[in-house]
Amino acid sequence: MTFLQHIFCTTIGRKFLMAVTGIVLIGFVVAHLVGNLQVFESPDRLNGYAHFLSSLGPVLWIERAGLLLCTVIHIWAAVVLTLESRRARGEQHDRTWIQATLASRYMRSTGFVVLAFIVYHLAQFTLGAAQAATYKENLPRYTMAGDYHVLGLTAVREGTVVPDVYSMVILGFQNTAVAVFYIVAVGLLALHLLHGAESLFQTLGWRNRRWSRGLRAVVTIACAAYFIGNLAIPGAVIAGILNPLPAAAASLRK
Amino acid sequence: MKNISVTLRVWRQAGPGQPGRFVDYPARDLNPAMSFLEMLDVVNDELTLKGEEPIAFAHDCREGICGTCSLVINGKPHGPRQGVASCQTYVRSFEDGQVITVEPYRLRPFPVVKDLVTDRSAFDKIQQAGGFITVRAGSAPNANAIPVPKDDAELAMDAAQCIGCGACAAACKNASAMLFVAARVSHLGLMPQGQAERDRRVLAMVQTADGLGFGSCTNQYECSAACPKLISHDFIARLNRDFIKASFKAAFRSEPNRVVGD
Repeated sequence: MTFLQHIFCTTIGRKFLMAVTGIVLIGFVVAHLVGNLQVFESPDRLNGYAHFLSSLGPVLWIERAGLLLCTVIHIWAAVVLTLESRRARGEQHDRTWIQATLASRYMRSTGFVVLAFIVYHLAQFTLGAAQAATYKENLPRYTMAGDYHVLGLTAVREGTVVPDVYSMVILGFQNTAVAVFYIVAVGLLALHLLHGAESLFQTLGWRNRRWSRGLRAVVTIACAAYFIGNLAIPGAVIAGILNPLPAAAASLRK
Repeated sequence: MKNISVTLRVWRQAGPGQPGRFVDYPARDLNPAMSFLEMLDVVNDELTLKGEEPIAFAHDCREGICGTCSLVINGKPHGPRQGVASCQTYVRSFEDGQVITVEPYRLRPFPVVKDLVTDRSAFDKIQQAGGFITVRAGSAPNANAIPVPKDDAELAMDAAQCIGCGACAAACKNASAMLFVAARVSHLGLMPQGQAERDRRVLAMVQTADGLGFGSCTNQYECSAACPKLISHDFIARLNRDFIKASFKAAFRSEPNRVVGD
């Protein structure tokens, strides 16, 4: 067997692929959240950040291609492993769980909801296919009131006219159904990660009895923090703490 | 303790691939000190006297070391207690009047032979694929000629406690043989004598288990909870590490020179 066969055609190899792609995807969702929390600082920060990301050009497309590849491999491995395991299992009439955690029993269901959420999320904020009225291209442009810095370097200059992502996000979440779906989906994503983030250590062989409790505590705290961070944005919009810029709100009223 | 009476809901199946069904058998006036298998013996005596076919179940040593007994009792392999085999499960673990479901292991690689008996030769095939070491036969080697760190020896003994009963694969929702493979790979891989075949062993045993139709591990640790020898799922982490390491090593290994003129 070649290396690729070991990794792609054995159960442990596929689990290894799920763990590695899982690490990449966890890295993405955490960085994505941290970036988006700039909504609480000022419209300038979030709009500058969004403009900086979209101005990366080829780097942005390499990142998108990498994430897509990881997502495809993660889902492919999950589907293949699940089908094989189902085939291996006979029909047991009486069945009890002994110590499997709740999160581990619902990985497939939470995974499906997260996938549906990603599709809607991209349609809403990246493509403008859903909730087109409040899509950034259909809102008045925003003029930067100050410089936006990345690593101490000026990334977006004062006075640059950029899309108003700040208002798009807030107007998008003012639709209560969307905000509730978002909160439920990120809640289930946090549950998915509660098992996934702990499980990947076992798959990579970096877990033992001595530090398993510490690992579980760290993962639980991280998942709770991730959920609270994600809850904060639509929560603050529904509570009226975050409001769209007057120009964007006025353009919708016309 | 007073004697109790229970109802056994037992899976009856005439032969491999034939349809089976549950049949209820009353088991009356049982001494709480009886083992689960002794209770089945008593029920079988009654069935034989009535001229009915006795319940077929696998058993041998009846002291928890051979790994032959293999019942799924109320949905858990080897019954409600932790760290014991079916033969070490006693009537005192059940309540008077309880209905007890008794099933064979239900997984594709362990087909039912009859009633509660399954064919677990798939584990032997995994063992044959790599569960051995190569040593010089002949006179016994000097004791302690090869130094073995005490902790490694203890850990290897923990893994070597595996009796190959198959409860791990039966308890797993994916019918994965990972705990068995992990125990075998670790008990040899931890010892200096097991190093020569270490990489080949882990690759061969995992591929054989996959090929026999066992499922994959989703890290729920039902296996170690059902294991009558309480083998830790830490060995599965070790197996994963060994397998990934062996795959990378195989990919970057230098090839020896070919014989001149070959």
